[in-house]
Amino acid sequence: MESISIGTMFWMTVAAFLTFCIFSFLYRDNPFYRFAEHLVVGISAGYWIAILYHTSLTDLWIDPLFASVTAFGNAEGSVAGKIGMLMVNILPGAIGLLMFSRFFKKTSWVSRWPIAYYLGVSAGVALPLYLQGFVIRQVAANMMDPRSIFGMIFAGGGAANFFQGIGEIIIIIGSICGLAYFYFSAEHKGIFGGAAKLGIWILMIGFGATFGYTVMARISLLIGRLNYLIEWVGALSGFFGS
Amino acid sequence: MKNNIWDRLMNLDRRWVYLVIGLVTFLPILVMVDMPVQITSEVKSVFDRVETLPEGTVIMIPMEYSPDTMAELQPMARAVLRHCFSRGLKVISTALQIQGVLLIEQDLRTIADEYDKVYGEDYVFLGYKPYPDIVILNMGENFRKPFPLDYYNNELDDLSMMAGVSNYSSVACIVNINATSGVDSWINYANGRYGVDLALGVTAVIATDYYAFLQSGQIFGLMGGLKGAAEYERLIGRKGVANKAMTSVSVAHVFIILFIIIGNVAFFASGRGNRA
Repeated sequence: MESISIGTMFWMTVAAFLTFCIFSFLYRDNPFYRFAEHLVVGISAGYWIAILYHTSLTDLWIDPLFASVTAFGNAEGSVAGKIGMLMVNILPGAIGLLMFSRFFKKTSWVSRWPIAYYLGVSAGVALPLYLQGFVIRQVAANMMDPRSIFGMIFAGGGAANFFQGIGEIIIIIGSICGLAYFYFSAEHKGIFGGAAKLGIWILMIGFGATFGYTVMARISLLIGRLNYLIEWVGALSGFFGS
Repeated sequence: MKNNIWDRLMNLDRRWVYLVIGLVTFLPILVMVDMPVQITSEVKSVFDRVETLPEGTVIMIPMEYSPDTMAELQPMARAVLRHCFSRGLKVISTALQIQGVLLIEQDLRTIADEYDKVYGEDYVFLGYKPYPDIVILNMGENFRKPFPLDYYNNELDDLSMMAGVSNYSSVACIVNINATSGVDSWINYANGRYGVDLALGVTAVIATDYYAFLQSGQIFGLMGGLKGAAEYERLIGRKGVANKAMTSVSVAHVFIILFIIIGNVAFFASGRGNRA
């Protein structure tokens, strides 16, 4: 068995201790839980800053900025080009720095500029593609040739084809009835009311499936931690046994 | 007023429920019973696609999970990586969720070492950059645009694997293993804007949201939570953490269903249903 260093053992024990701290909340709120909770918030903030600095700020802004400044010392290239490159590197940083104006009451409104810029760009980029991917493609997926559906069900292509055909019909009816439930400009009665009611059932089945998956997800997370604790106990006995 | 059994059940301290769920989850881990796992077509199609790629093909596996979701997605990521490396595929990976960068780098390196893969020749880790939407869009033009350097500060052109690899058109497909709503960005931008074939491995909580995209053909495969990971482990013939966990998952689910039934019976039998 691979020997474990004292440092690894120490940090594994810290992780196990923090796991117990978090689990202790299941009994009742207590200082150990609050300690672990505050620790994770603080460490996350520090970790974010370190990762952002090393993986983004340096190679996407600081390094190109210095490169465009030192480029003025080279004989190659036009001065206009170098000034243009310098501006390209200064502007994003300058716009980003405006966010810090929030710390001063008088100038805090300036921070809206970078936010407005980001929102504008994001909305412009996202809207057409979201419309395409989340609306048009989804609607198109529900527009099937009835002949192909009936072909799947009645052409005798086997059980898989039959059930696929039935599935397609359920998807189309489910989509229409689900949408009917969210149409509030007509009273939900008669045929329309029936469709809306079926729509609720379809939605409930969907929520049930999501709930089942969510339960599995939570149990999986518990298993992950329990596996870790078992690993830690094994490592602990190996460490003191060796 | 004397409390009957149903009233007592309705007033049961919830900590007893936690204790039972804890025990029924923990004990099967020790027993190690091999539970049957049915292979679903959505997981099989991911496996089949990877299986049919010729040796040396470049595949992209962006991984976006962190310590809070690693229990579900780490076994899945490891199984997919093992499959790719065992088939001699070349892997490009990113980690566009900031909390998971170090974890994912470690996972990638560990599995690559298992197969004696060389960094820069067999796999490349681009790391993290903020604003996933912009990063995914820019990679569609050129990987070098959002990532002038890889995670280890190498120029991409200095890595032999990246020779001739410019953007999504150079990769056979993307298998995105993701615990966040950032999945939407991969669907919209990588598949929607650039038309690259996309498969997803997601946490169970969000899995149901993406079946619609499977039906519409926007993704070619879907792996949901630990069950998806267990299926993939079986398909590659190497049962790991996910398969071991399936016994606990099954037993815990049975107890949760029992609790739901008992809770409902107690609710109506204690007369609270009438009062509601």
